Amino acid sequence: MPMSDDKQRQANSNNKTAKKLLVVVAAMFGFGFALVPLYDVFCDITGLNGKTNTAAVAYEASSVDESRTVKVQFITRNAKGVPWKFEPIINEVEVHPGEMKVVSFYAKNNAAHKIVGQAVPSVSPGLAAGYFHKMECFCFNEQPLMALEDVEMSLQFYVDLALPEDIKTLTLSYTLYDITEKSS
Amino acid sequence: MTTDVIAQDSHDEHHDDHKMTGLKRWLYTTNHKDIGTLYLWFAFIMLLTGGALAMVIRAELFQPGLQFVEPDFFNQLTTVHGLIMVFGAIMPAFTGFANWMIPMMIGAPDMAMPRMNNWSFWILPFAFAILLSSFFMESGAPNFGWTFYAPLSTTYSNGSTAFFVFAVHIMGISSIMGAINIVVTIMNLRAPGMTYMKMPLFVWTFFITAYLLIAVMPVLAGVVTMLLTDTYFGTSFFDAAGGGDPVMFQHIFWFFGHPEVYIMILPAFGIVSTTIPAFSRKRLFGYSSMVYATSSIALLSFIVWAHHMFTTGMPLFGELFFMYCTMLIAVPTGVKVFNWVATMWKGALTFETPMLFSIAFVILFTIGGFSGLMLAMTPVDFQYHDTYFVVAHFHYVLVTGSLFSLYAGAYYWLPKWTGHMYNDALSKWHFWCSLISVNLLFFPMHFLGLAGMPRRIPDYALQFADFNKWVSIGGFAFGLSQLIFLAAVIKCIRGGEKAPAKPWDGAIGLEWTVASPAPYHTFSTPPPQKDIDNANQHEH
Repeated sequence: MPMSDDKQRQANSNNKTAKKLLVVVAAMFGFGFALVPLYDVFCDITGLNGKTNTAAVAYEASSVDESRTVKVQFITRNAKGVPWKFEPIINEVEVHPGEMKVVSFYAKNNAAHKIVGQAVPSVSPGLAAGYFHKMECFCFNEQPLMALEDVEMSLQFYVDLALPEDIKTLTLSYTLYDITEKSS
Repeated sequence: MTTDVIAQDSHDEHHDDHKMTGLKRWLYTTNHKDIGTLYLWFAFIMLLTGGALAMVIRAELFQPGLQFVEPDFFNQLTTVHGLIMVFGAIMPAFTGFANWMIPMMIGAPDMAMPRMNNWSFWILPFAFAILLSSFFMESGAPNFGWTFYAPLSTTYSNGSTAFFVFAVHIMGISSIMGAINIVVTIMNLRAPGMTYMKMPLFVWTFFITAYLLIAVMPVLAGVVTMLLTDTYFGTSFFDAAGGGDPVMFQHIFWFFGHPEVYIMILPAFGIVSTTIPAFSRKRLFGYSSMVYATSSIALLSFIVWAHHMFTTGMPLFGELFFMYCTMLIAVPTGVKVFNWVATMWKGALTFETPMLFSIAFVILFTIGGFSGLMLAMTPVDFQYHDTYFVVAHFHYVLVTGSLFSLYAGAYYWLPKWTGHMYNDALSKWHFWCSLISVNLLFFPMHFLGLAGMPRRIPDYALQFADFNKWVSIGGFAFGLSQLIFLAAVIKCIRGGEKAPAKPWDGAIGLEWTVASPAPYHTFSTPPPQKDIDNANQHEH
């Protein structure tokens, strides 16, 4: 039986609406992925997720604000199953905003084989991340360590003069990951 | 008459369906009533499956210490219980109602895309077969919570992530197809004269819910895809080692997740907005305010997601923004509750079982709404977060909210579906047993949570022992009470007092203008204008 014109018209109009909705579905699927770069940009601007600069910056403070003291604490942790000893040499320092500081971390590969480690930093409170500048950091590079090899790694940083007044303590946390597979 | 021709054609074509029997009828059916029935039965089987998992959880928690299950298996139970209840029970049950009732309520002969309708149902059993089959594998079922936070579901996955992801993809595709069908049906197949503002509120709530589904299910599909590639293909969306961020998972997930919880409650609003006027013998109070309130709840649901994440270390302005936006939702929700109460006010109330469930819904859902308001407040959320208070909150909303509305709707339309009145005594037993046991089950959880009992843990401190025992007893009783419903439905299908076309004297709506049981094909020709007008007395 041939389709009547009206039935055809109804079916066409249904298909048209359904197609429009399918476009929305595709767009929203894309939007889910677009959230990834959007999130990064948003966090970059606001410093929401505590990510610090991933490449060295130059020292740019015009002066040192000796009227303020900020406590910077260091904590480290290993991701699941990374057989390294990894710890800060000193647990905290007091700095003035604008003052350049160098601190060291100790790492030792306790495994019987080479492991490439990568430390990923995060600053808490997250809003302070944008005011914590690293001129040199072991976290900018991969750290390959042979079996039982150890190393002292340095971090050179300063705290921005514009750090909000209410932030008195910064915690810099490093998580150490095993990236041997990815780096080879 | 153009529409007559259309209807006539589809009528002829569908006559084939009558001839098919047995399994083939259900496999090949494109009839909205058949598909609605399939959805409803599937949802009920899933409810019992998810309920059985909950019974094991409550047995384990009957006493402190580890009795029956290992902690890892306990995690699998809570995870799969949540997934099944959300995606397998509540959502398909509402889609079943949509399939059965929307065409009859708007005077359409069927859903707009019957073939797709068949597909969207029949892929569902495969999704849940995949999900449940992982219980019998070496790795075990998903154990990372129904919210599948990375890195629990990536780095620390027990190996079930791929099964989980594919199951969720299929459920998502099914929901999206179902939602597209609902939107196209409502936009294109309304009978002449059935304007948007004359549609029953039931239809409105499903219309808005379908849009929510179309908007957020693809985001869920996206986030599980990222999970899959992170786990198996070396990407780093949520892996800090590769420059990703695990907190971003929570943002994307809850961008889907919060609209999702409204997907599970807006249709419930539609059902009780149908039953309460019927048994109050009054028109629904504030019909248009109900439409606007439902729409505003849907829109607000997109800007409140981070209230699930207050403890992730958000800055203060973020916490305040999400706190105030969340509290704002109480306004349209309050409008709805006031409208239901105002509908009952000075009405000629009778307390048939659908009305009992509806009244219980209004009271108990409001309790769940208030505990939600408490959770919305950032400072106190730090105490409530991840405790049994949260469990109490969302079970009041989803069990005494969504599920009770489904029971109200089921009893209300069973005479239309089966042609028989349900057994009144059985249904009353079902209601009172459920009402008492559900409160015994979930109310003490508020206090357990406030006292600090964490959720998702198979053991607990000794001071929580007494309450947990009562909660478990309530749980077993509530589980058993649902078998009364099964008995009532089977009895109603098999026989019982013959139902007239319109068994409820206060009921309005086009579905009551056709015979009971509803003929296989209804509204092959659109209903006359006077029926549409009569069916919408609340517009007077």
